[in-house]
Amino acid sequence: MLLNSPQDQARVKRRRRKNQLFHFIFFVSTFFGVVALAILLLQILIQGFSWLDWQFLTSFSSRKPELSGIKVAMVGTIWMMSVTAPLTFIIGVSTAIYLEEYARDTWFSRLIQVNIANLAGVPSIVFGLLGLTVFVRLFGLGNSILAGALTMTLLVLPIIIVASQEAIRGVPMSLRHASFALGANRWQTIVRVVLPSSFPGILTGSILSMSRAIGETAPLIVVGAVAYIAFLPENLLSSFTVMPIQIYTWAGLPQKDFQNVAGAGIILLLIMLLSMNAIAIFLRNKYQKKH
Amino acid sequence: MPNLLMLFGIISILTTAGIVAILLAESSGFFREISFIDFITGTKWTPLFADPQFGVLPLIMGTFLVTIIASIIALPIGLFSAIYLSEYAPTKLRAILKPVLEILAGIPTIVYGFFALTFVTPLIKTFIPQLGQFNALSAGIVVGIMIVPMISSLSEDAMMAVPRSLRDAAYALGSTKLEVAYKVVVPAALSGIVASFVLGLSRAVGETMIVTLAAGALPNMSLNPLQSVQTLTAYIVAVSGGDTQHGSVEYLTIYAVGITLFAITLTMNLFARYISRKFREEY
Repeated sequence: MLLNSPQDQARVKRRRRKNQLFHFIFFVSTFFGVVALAILLLQILIQGFSWLDWQFLTSFSSRKPELSGIKVAMVGTIWMMSVTAPLTFIIGVSTAIYLEEYARDTWFSRLIQVNIANLAGVPSIVFGLLGLTVFVRLFGLGNSILAGALTMTLLVLPIIIVASQEAIRGVPMSLRHASFALGANRWQTIVRVVLPSSFPGILTGSILSMSRAIGETAPLIVVGAVAYIAFLPENLLSSFTVMPIQIYTWAGLPQKDFQNVAGAGIILLLIMLLSMNAIAIFLRNKYQKKH
Repeated sequence: MPNLLMLFGIISILTTAGIVAILLAESSGFFREISFIDFITGTKWTPLFADPQFGVLPLIMGTFLVTIIASIIALPIGLFSAIYLSEYAPTKLRAILKPVLEILAGIPTIVYGFFALTFVTPLIKTFIPQLGQFNALSAGIVVGIMIVPMISSLSEDAMMAVPRSLRDAAYALGSTKLEVAYKVVVPAALSGIVASFVLGLSRAVGETMIVTLAAGALPNMSLNPLQSVQTLTAYIVAVSGGDTQHGSVEYLTIYAVGITLFAITLTMNLFARYISRKFREEY
């Protein structure tokens, strides 16, 4: 085809220019996210950094912003995660193993699968209503660490299940066949071949689900984590608060300085979460194309 | 062993069953006192007043106002960045941008809420002085920023699934990258893109902390984005944070509002699943 006529050349030029224009628009859109992230981090650093000191880490909450600290909330988060993490891991990985290695394609296994996909889309606050009704009232756990931790476990389960399933599915059939050929039974194959080889993926999913649990606020407000607590939790039935709830309370207070205290709390929270996520992303990228 | 594993699998089914059961059981207590018709068509939501009114429409309006503002931000930006990442971006740049978007997706919503309250609202206020301290606009904008990574990554997945050969055919006919993107890739991935939009909006409807912190607590029928509104989710937080008597009608409202929220998001999620199944182009 000849493109020599002036009209043809003008048209080609126009199409190329349009492409360049949209190339620019698409690029700017993508950078919107990067810029938003940069502004958000910068803004919070400016606001909270000078308030983030040893006193802040080791003090209880207080009416005076300069005396306020995040100790109780930090300990509360650690308590909650020490229940949520092992429970989520055991239940999530077991479910994934069952679905990938044992379940035949029956209505039942499909029901579990569809159900997990739907649970992932349920707003977190609805899990709070579930926790309030079942754990706090029905089981009589009250506004305790245990009630909060169990609610959180149910909330993040879909994340770890889906990630573990993908990891297990990524293990090549040939590895399993080799194991069977050596006389191993199904369970031995799972424990000695499938799990070790899918472990990085499972670990990534676990870390992501934990970082989600640490950052969640809404369901715990409903379950009744309290904002002002003047003592450290003593056992699983103690009332408690966690870092995001403490931040939420500070952010809502009228004195301007409490915004800065909230900023300091957010910096601490983000350091924890971003380093967890960075480890997860690193692990995934490192082991992604192993097979 | 399989049986034990299956028991763990059943926990997820019990969770769903539990959610549906408690929402139905507790809200039925509410609907014994307040007629369902009044609830769903009423335009006044004042459950804590001396003369309480239980019309849920103001909360639904508030939720949709925030969601619409969020979608104005998130749908174009999400789609455009998906097109950029899948069609334009050099491999090295892509390897940097993807993790950044993932980090954005991993930031807790309480942080976004704080950002909306202490940065976005004052910023907009310098341009629009009549903006309230709590308003739907900055909450909606920040909810939009929050769902961009989700829409972008789901849309990009759909575009990456379009076979290379279709693009090559279009390039061979002399198309520019833009023409390949909007005449070949986007139409071929349309079901996945639309599904990502619906899922993103369903996230916006269920978002809680941003709207609680930045949009305020004033149930409002108006569609004025400069005013304070209350969303379904923010109402649940407001009531469960206070000390309402267990068993009272005010206490039961959180379940009536909760089941409304659950019904809306479930419908959207099922719709997204239906679209991506029904209209998927198979190659």
